[in-house]
Amino acid sequence: MENLRGSPPEQLQSHPNGASRGRAMLTFMASDSEEEVCDERTSLMSAESPPPRCCEEARQGLEDRESAAQWFQNTCARHRRAHHGGVPWPSPSGFPQRSQDSEEDLDEDADRYMCSGVPGQPSGLEEELTLKYGAKHVIMLFVPVTLCMVVVVATIKSVRFYTEKNGQLIYTPFTEDTPSVGQRLLNSVLNTLIMISVIVAMTIFLVVLYKYRCYKFIHGWLIMSSLMLLFLFTYIYLGEVLKTYNVAMDYPTLFLTVWNFGAVGMVCIHWKGPLVLQQAYLIMISALMALVFIKYLPEWSAWVILGAISVYDLVAVLCPKGPLRMLVETAQERNEPIFPALIYSSAMVWTVGMAKLDPSSQGALQLPYDPEMEEDSYDSFGEPSYPEVFEPPLPGYPGDELEEEEERGVKLGLGDFIFYSVLVGKAAATGSGDWNTTLACFVAILIGLCLTLLLLAVFKKALPALPISITFGLIFYFSTDNLVRPFMDTLASHQLYI
Amino acid sequence: MTAAVFFGCAFIAFGPALALYIFTIATEPLRVIFLIIGAFFWLVSLLFSSLFWFMARTITDNKDGPIQKYLLILGVLVSVLIQEMFRFVYYKLLKKASEGLKTINPDETAPSMRLLAYVSGLGFGIMSGVFAFVNTLSDSLGPGTVGIHGDSPQFFLNSAFMTLVIILLHVFWGIIFFDGCEKKKWSALLVVLLTHLLVSALTFISPHYGINLVSTYLIMVLMGIWAFFVAGGSCRSLKLCLLCQDKDFLLFNQRSR
Repeated sequence: MENLRGSPPEQLQSHPNGASRGRAMLTFMASDSEEEVCDERTSLMSAESPPPRCCEEARQGLEDRESAAQWFQNTCARHRRAHHGGVPWPSPSGFPQRSQDSEEDLDEDADRYMCSGVPGQPSGLEEELTLKYGAKHVIMLFVPVTLCMVVVVATIKSVRFYTEKNGQLIYTPFTEDTPSVGQRLLNSVLNTLIMISVIVAMTIFLVVLYKYRCYKFIHGWLIMSSLMLLFLFTYIYLGEVLKTYNVAMDYPTLFLTVWNFGAVGMVCIHWKGPLVLQQAYLIMISALMALVFIKYLPEWSAWVILGAISVYDLVAVLCPKGPLRMLVETAQERNEPIFPALIYSSAMVWTVGMAKLDPSSQGALQLPYDPEMEEDSYDSFGEPSYPEVFEPPLPGYPGDELEEEEERGVKLGLGDFIFYSVLVGKAAATGSGDWNTTLACFVAILIGLCLTLLLLAVFKKALPALPISITFGLIFYFSTDNLVRPFMDTLASHQLYI
Repeated sequence: MTAAVFFGCAFIAFGPALALYIFTIATEPLRVIFLIIGAFFWLVSLLFSSLFWFMARTITDNKDGPIQKYLLILGVLVSVLIQEMFRFVYYKLLKKASEGLKTINPDETAPSMRLLAYVSGLGFGIMSGVFAFVNTLSDSLGPGTVGIHGDSPQFFLNSAFMTLVIILLHVFWGIIFFDGCEKKKWSALLVVLLTHLLVSALTFISPHYGINLVSTYLIMVLMGIWAFFVAGGSCRSLKLCLLCQDKDFLLFNQRSR
């Protein structure tokens, strides 16, 4: 399994000690380690399929574009590697996203992008592959986002602790217990301003650290934050769940449980581990972080902060001098991945150890053989999924004798998970026990995710992942809570069906 | 109310839809996406219907009395109209998307319109059923006695069966509707709209569950048969399928007979 591999990829240039150690560390987590030469990261960057050209030219063009922050890693890696044989590989790939330092105190929104890789293919095939990869990748994102939201909503609905008001974070010092509506609104706006400025300051600090190659500091910071999440917050969460269900647990058992959970988590996230376990841990820490936000952010401030964060995301990613964009560009110039410790990766990896032909060179749409998709060929519903899902590589291309790693991964930054879950969790917490609001927000967020990916395929440039989903989520929350809920309640009480 | 009521009613209402989802949709990413988009369109139609009802209520200044009941009935009928309108809008969108997928992807088989009709119907149905029933379900987990004030004690069971029939009806309506749009048979659209209005109107006689449910199920069976023939089925193919003699299907499933 790729993610258990230890050797750093050949493409990586030599780096100072900390960086290479960091990279070696980082190569495990992301199962697309080797592919991440150009790294992904952030925004929905279209992996820009270049117009058809001859190989060398294409590669040159790619490298040029790379520094223009529009390129995507897999494609780069593949182009560099596959260029002997000639035609650019289809590179799957997805979205690297935002890595986010999800500490409570250091609210870091390093990268708020979702990157998508699109194969560099000769004419006309680009978009097909974009769409084809798009559907699969959208689902690969839907599943973890849904799981995280389910965990958060289940906790909110059952454990009373996370809906009780027990004080506020120092980042939101103004209280909302004021008599007048105007005062409350003003306080929430002030809270938002403070929170956002903290976030902006942290991001800029992170970018500066990254620019000046203070990798040790960054990694130390990340390790501290995951330690806190995995041990302290888990302990609190476990305590509250046990209290809710009135289950007694002695301290030695508790210590053993939390210790094992946390230690395995640290290993999986920062070092090597099975992909599924790593994904599960990342989802769990996102859910824990979201629960903390839901508990400690006062009502109105939470909504205003969600709105402001999506605006910030938009600005930071699309403006040329935005911190996130600069982070992306710096990382791409150096060909490094950014903070894989806080990026959810759902790679399906396939390793070929034989002469493999380059399907794209056949000029027909052929997807690289994917062992995970093999099971789909026995789909018994009406349509043979075998041709639909993949076509077997045609023999005979006298091409690459290369070790090809087909990376079909999708990456999403944990910040996206956290803020989506905060929105849905808040809807579940405040919606007066109403499930319709929660479901409406859930569907709205998923649709926003779909649309963001579609926009990526259309515009083929870096796009932020938060704004559309959060906007839809907010619109649907407020409209469902105020308009749909009374209507549905009245219908339900009269037992009318529409 | 007990957990038995909760699980029983949940599976009555959502069991078939869940089975349909697991066996036909969950395996294909594109279908899942179209399902969720369908659910979203239903949600938007509900939003507009609620907006209409809300505005109508504010215009009449929230006075209590029979006017509220009439407004509610009007709200229901307008809601049905808006739902069908959004079904048409979704059809148009799918048509454009299909064409786009075909031009972009000539080698791949894009999902056929019939399949999309089924998926969109299921999306509408699932969202509609969930919105109608999930609050009731969550209440059934709490304490209480059903019908203590003289209402029917079969409230949960009735709601569950009604939700089930609405979900299935949406699936069949979707198939018939899209087929009517494809073949430009506007009478099919009209029939779908009228039966939807009829089903909703039948729920107005609410406490008399018997008539309500039986007639709705009858309509569902009729719609089902119509949708079956519209989707390309025939008596012969049904017979072959039931007797496990359908060679194409068997070959496809690699079973020998």
